[in-house]
Amino acid sequence: MNLFEIKDLHVKTADKSILNGINLKINEGEVHVLMGPNGSGKSTLAYSIMGHPKYTIINGSLNFNDKEINSLKVDERAKLGIFLGFQYPSEISGVTLTQFMKQAHKSDMNYVEFFNMIKSKMNELNIDDSFIKRSLNEGFSGGEKKKNEILQMAVLEPKLAILDEPDSGADVDALKLIAQGINNSRKKNTAVLLITHYNRLLTYVKPDFVHIIHNGKIILSGDYNLAEVIENKGYEEIIKENGK
Amino acid sequence: MENKSSFLDINKKQYDFREDIIYLEKFANGLSREVVERISKIKNEPEWMLKIRLKAFEEFCKRPMQNWGPDLSHIDFNSITYFISPNEKVANNWDDVPDKVKKTFEKLGIPESERKFLAGAGAMMESTTAYHKLRDDLTAKGVIFCDTDTALKEHPELLKKYFGTVVPMSDNKFAALNTAVWSGGSFVYVPKNVKIDLPLQAYFRINAQNVGQFERTLIIVDEGAEVHYIEGCSAASYSSDSLHSAVVEVIALKDSRVRYTTLQNWSDNVYNLVTKRAHAYENSYVEWLDANIGSAITMKYPSVYLKGEYAKANILSVAFANSGQIQDAGSKAIHFAPNTSSTILSKSISKGSGKTVFRGLVQIMKGAYNSKSFMKCDALMINKESKSDTIPSLKINEEDVQVGHEATVGKVGEDQLFYLMSRGLSENDAVSLIVGGFFKQFTKELPLEYALEFNKLIELEMKDSVG
Repeated sequence: MNLFEIKDLHVKTADKSILNGINLKINEGEVHVLMGPNGSGKSTLAYSIMGHPKYTIINGSLNFNDKEINSLKVDERAKLGIFLGFQYPSEISGVTLTQFMKQAHKSDMNYVEFFNMIKSKMNELNIDDSFIKRSLNEGFSGGEKKKNEILQMAVLEPKLAILDEPDSGADVDALKLIAQGINNSRKKNTAVLLITHYNRLLTYVKPDFVHIIHNGKIILSGDYNLAEVIENKGYEEIIKENGK
Repeated sequence: MENKSSFLDINKKQYDFREDIIYLEKFANGLSREVVERISKIKNEPEWMLKIRLKAFEEFCKRPMQNWGPDLSHIDFNSITYFISPNEKVANNWDDVPDKVKKTFEKLGIPESERKFLAGAGAMMESTTAYHKLRDDLTAKGVIFCDTDTALKEHPELLKKYFGTVVPMSDNKFAALNTAVWSGGSFVYVPKNVKIDLPLQAYFRINAQNVGQFERTLIIVDEGAEVHYIEGCSAASYSSDSLHSAVVEVIALKDSRVRYTTLQNWSDNVYNLVTKRAHAYENSYVEWLDANIGSAITMKYPSVYLKGEYAKANILSVAFANSGQIQDAGSKAIHFAPNTSSTILSKSISKGSGKTVFRGLVQIMKGAYNSKSFMKCDALMINKESKSDTIPSLKINEEDVQVGHEATVGKVGEDQLFYLMSRGLSENDAVSLIVGGFFKQFTKELPLEYALEFNKLIELEMKDSVG
């Protein structure tokens, strides 16, 4: 049994079809990388898995632990253990990270225990203590926002994490910490679907599989080495060889 | 929408309940010169106050209903009673308060708050003050905290000097009405350099039907003194209207600090038309923290007249308009003296068919050079049919000044909800979190107990906000 399986997924937004038959199987603890040119459907896939109301599944299914989740609401998917690390996290004024995470965590931990837990995870990611009191994502730099997403993943310990460009806007130091965060989650058996444009992150996070998406379809899958092929050849040539 | 959860019921009942009270005095509905005279007579007032009342009554009669803002034309001034009293005298011991009146305030938690974290407390039902008490050590220091009727008897010189000097009867129709028929309210005098450590609180309650409540509050803070005054209010809910029309005058003398906090939670059959104003003298600091959650229509614009050099004003007002409500609120800062500064921040939320209006005025008079002001208003609309208006006004008659203004109007965003829900929060919890965050700049200024009460009231309003 796979942890997560996407079967022949077709998704549209408003009147435009974006995903045209995605198939993908992900097992516990695996890291899958999804690469592809702009507009190929990467973020749409991420949003569709999490259940954004803007995207409609017109065909196919999403299965989590052998159960179809197509019609589940966003929060219900989250409760199953699905997590989305956002490319552009929303800013929520007046709400602190701790307050938000305490509510999302739904554990029996008292406030002090929870506070200590989140603080130790912040230290691991080298996130400044001041973030505890600041409004969620408000006035955060690009790298800070991305680290904050990884921190939330570390706190919530999901079974499946979809990370939408966790490396964009992050400098080298932030990138290393983000990679470390991903590797830590992987050790705890979190499966990761990592969306990225660049190989840079993959020097720190070694994926099990690499997939290339184009026009809403996965046109080529391979192991770690595929990322290097992309780096050398560029998308255009690979698409010419494999795409339609 | 009601009756869905027991949590909601318990909370509604906490404010919306009636006690069967036998009133000692209850005027027949209607307003006339005789009514004004009878009020004054019952109170055994000095002649000069009766004269003020009668003059104000004339002013009220000749002034047309204001033609701006929400429609007030359906207020029938003859369908309410102008004096209704459940008690004979003001008690300074809860045991001396008539049983059912006492029971009301116990249900509202007033005696408990007084014991726990107040320096003094007052409680008024309908037209009269039932209870008033100040901590003994503050009385010994010369602080006066009593109902305004008692103040008129015991401190006529202070009333003669200050009454109506901040809000003259000619200010607006409802200020004239209040001046004509006022009853109850708080009188505070803080002597020079006395700093009151804990807040003074007054609570106003309307229990009966078709009541006009016209409390009159006068706060004088002498040089170098400090006080935090808090008022709360609530009413039993009826299908017919009641009118609450208060006047609040604050005089902040040189180097003093005054903070005036209001948690307005009237039932939705109450018209709440209130005039609040402060005069801030040299180097004083006046703050209005004004929250409007209840009432059918509220019109209230707490103001500070910065009359002395280096005086400062901070006006923070928040409003929540649920379906059927209009919260027409805002603030005014008028700079008369040089080197004065003011900040105005308004946060409002409209839900369902509710409507919020922000009216802000910053005026810098000739000669008030080197003054600064910043005004900001943020409005958030929860549903498609929710409404919000922003009406800021800047009148600058001096050149060397710094004035800024910012406004934001927004809806609860789909992407914000998606973000919060992607961590497992339900849609209702996500909206509540956004709303709580939106009001944070206000709640963080409140004493903890009041912040909790405010959050609870908002949570109650937010129940079943989506879907």
